[in-house]
Amino acid sequence: MTSPLVRVEDLTIDFGKVRAVDGLSFTLEAGAALGVVGESGSGKSASASALLGLHRGTGARVTGTVHVAGTDVGAADEAGLRALRGAEAAMIFQDPLSSLDPYYTVGDQIAEVYRVHNRVSRRAARARAVEVLDRVGIPDAARRARFRPHEFSGGMRQRVLIAMALACEPRLIVADEPTTALDVTVQAQILDLLHELRRETGTGLLLVTHDVGVAAESVDDILVMRHGRAVERGPVAEVLGAPREPYTRELLASVPRVDAKRASRVPGPRAAGGEDVPLLEAVGLRREFGRGAGRVTAVDEVSLTLHAGETLGIVGESGSGKTTLGRMLVRLLDPTAGGLRYRGRDIASLPENGLRPFRRELQMVFQDPVASLNPRRSAGESVADPIRAAGETDEGRIRARVGELLERVGLDAGHHERYPHEFSGGQRQRIGIARALAAEPKLIVCDEPVSALDVTTQAQVIALLAELQHELGIGLVFIAHDLAVVRQVSDRVAVMRQGRIVEQGPVDEVYGSPRDPYTRQLLAAVPALDPALAAVRRATRRELAAA
Amino acid sequence: MTGFLLRRLGGAVFVLLSLTVILYAVFYVAPGDVAQIACGPRCSPAQVAQVTEQLRLDDPVYTQYGHFLQGVLAGRDFSTGTGVEHCSAPCLGVSYQSDQQVMRLILAKLPATGSLVIGAFAGWILLGVGTGVLSAWRRGRITERVLTWLTLAGTATPVFVIGLLLIIVFCSTLQWLPSPAYVPFTENPEQWAWGLLLPWVSLALIESAKYARLTRSSMLETLAEDHVRTFRAYGVGERAIIGRHALRGALAPVIALSALDFGSMFGGAVLTESLFGIPGIGRELVHAVKVVDLPVVVGMVLVAGFFVVLANAVADVLYALADRRVVLS
Repeated sequence: MTSPLVRVEDLTIDFGKVRAVDGLSFTLEAGAALGVVGESGSGKSASASALLGLHRGTGARVTGTVHVAGTDVGAADEAGLRALRGAEAAMIFQDPLSSLDPYYTVGDQIAEVYRVHNRVSRRAARARAVEVLDRVGIPDAARRARFRPHEFSGGMRQRVLIAMALACEPRLIVADEPTTALDVTVQAQILDLLHELRRETGTGLLLVTHDVGVAAESVDDILVMRHGRAVERGPVAEVLGAPREPYTRELLASVPRVDAKRASRVPGPRAAGGEDVPLLEAVGLRREFGRGAGRVTAVDEVSLTLHAGETLGIVGESGSGKTTLGRMLVRLLDPTAGGLRYRGRDIASLPENGLRPFRRELQMVFQDPVASLNPRRSAGESVADPIRAAGETDEGRIRARVGELLERVGLDAGHHERYPHEFSGGQRQRIGIARALAAEPKLIVCDEPVSALDVTTQAQVIALLAELQHELGIGLVFIAHDLAVVRQVSDRVAVMRQGRIVEQGPVDEVYGSPRDPYTRQLLAAVPALDPALAAVRRATRRELAAA
Repeated sequence: MTGFLLRRLGGAVFVLLSLTVILYAVFYVAPGDVAQIACGPRCSPAQVAQVTEQLRLDDPVYTQYGHFLQGVLAGRDFSTGTGVEHCSAPCLGVSYQSDQQVMRLILAKLPATGSLVIGAFAGWILLGVGTGVLSAWRRGRITERVLTWLTLAGTATPVFVIGLLLIIVFCSTLQWLPSPAYVPFTENPEQWAWGLLLPWVSLALIESAKYARLTRSSMLETLAEDHVRTFRAYGVGERAIIGRHALRGALAPVIALSALDFGSMFGGAVLTESLFGIPGIGRELVHAVKVVDLPVVVGMVLVAGFFVVLANAVADVLYALADRRVVLS
């Protein structure tokens, strides 16, 4: 019997006092594909790096044994490790832009790696680079090999990294969140490419991802990790179809489904006879950036309405203009043209002082809860800002109100004095929501409020938003790139592409029978949790691409 | 590229013009009777009045400035007391003290300063960047700690302490080198180099400390970047990673700083010039300020400013060549 391609036994990794991986063991047979899924901090990336001995020299303490393609990674010397890296086992990283050297052409970078492992001339190495670039679907590879990374789009850059991985025909590819930085349609292309390459070359694949759907699309076996330990391992269909462990079940239940209807909910106060005037109405909203030849139109003739107690989802890929639109809706950005009416009053061109009475009622929650809170001020102070801005001066009353708000979003009133770094990501986003609520808003624009969060935390924050909205009758604009999340929170949805809304309507209508080809393309790109369905989707994508 | 150069040129002219305006304004309000100083302490009031007349010091300041500009653009004539001398464009005026044309004065001093700065510059870049790379490579080890300590000591030591020390050791005690003296390159290249060796070394040692620290921290930053990790994960050796992938990114701040330093040394290497007896611009400038010799001060500041602006433009071009994402505008 031949030994497996990867054999990990009792792997433990400590970063200082933090134990990232705790007694992990698994094997991967030659040519097989294993998906390692887990939430942030589960130790999945640290384990992947250990396969190539990348913790060496970083101060991390690694114990246990790791065998990859016949090399004992823990015992190998520097030369032995270098011979393994890239030649026998190659790694693909998350962010393809920062993972490539900005100063050299992609062809030279691939050739450099090839020459480390093969005694060939520069010319031959460059020819090999062009060959693999062509293989991963870079059009006009001979010419594009002379381009630098910034001259490629995100998806093309990830193809370049995959080409680098292929250059030395490794027996194992380790992919660490390879599609997390990519748009959903591009993600589908990359996953399809990996699938195809694996079938062709018989390379083993270890895919690390937080996205269960991505794993389901691409691997045979799934390993679920939590707190540095393996929770459950088995064939994809089994683990996802009939999970044995409670944590796996919890994880799967938290994953938003694009094909499931939104859980029905009790109508908010608005349905109980609210105003007829829409809360917010945008007509032909337009925003341009730059001057002269560098001028771009970020938002182009967008019209939409939002009623109190209603959630409008805005979905689109990066660069579609959804964030620009969101900021214009609360007048954090001035529209270049178009009308914006808030409760019947035109606020599109109000000067800042005329806008002041409306500022409190129009609030925004941002994507990155770390960057949008001041790290030098306590949570309580951040939440108190809008209350002070509204003119409240009584410290006792401010404190009481802040405590109330913190409790309302599921935190402890005693968290007042804590600083942002003492909270988890989900808690920080709750602080951001409490701060938005402090102004007693009528409308909140949430810009990717949950995309920096793990799925279980994501589900909690989404539930909180729905609850608050129902209770307070706020109008919500929910901006996200994740189609499943948007489906689960929205009453109506608008699909954006290149600054325009291509389709708009009740959520089940848009998702159930999309009219616009772009919406169809987006929906077909969403990874499915069911491997059989994934195969169907893959076929659909191929048809759409051919059409 | 042409557009970039034109815009840079426009910016440079503006900066240099502003400098001259400020200098005229400052000297106009500064205390001290220029004519009295120029004439000397034993001059009678009549003689002082004559000098005032000759230097046209009783003209309003804007008229004097106008004359200066006219000289730069078209040249002008000067009375020397006994006759009239023509100073052709670009004329920076005539020294109040020596009746010498400022342009000639500067051109006479420039080779000495240039020799000092260019040699020292090459030395401090090589030494500083080398030390910085080495201590980033060996971080956490004894090499790095020693280097860090040395560079800290280097930044804290004034140039005349190092210079004096070098003179005492190599010229007096060991007698390996002749006493430092400046010999023009055109006269005797060998003596030129020997004479400048100690000034080069002392200036380079002091300046390199700063560059070592900058390079080290910049290297540590780039070594932590994702693309460096990529090449490690593909089996590329540490030497290639440092030399090919990390150093290139780390050089950007070094280029920016060295442009500033290189330029400002043309007017600012006063201590080194004085200590080693190099008849350069810095020394002359300090003297001119002391005796309120406005045309000389303005001229030398302009020359120093010119080199700062020039070095910065060169740095921008280098920067864009190193990093193709940078667009010159």
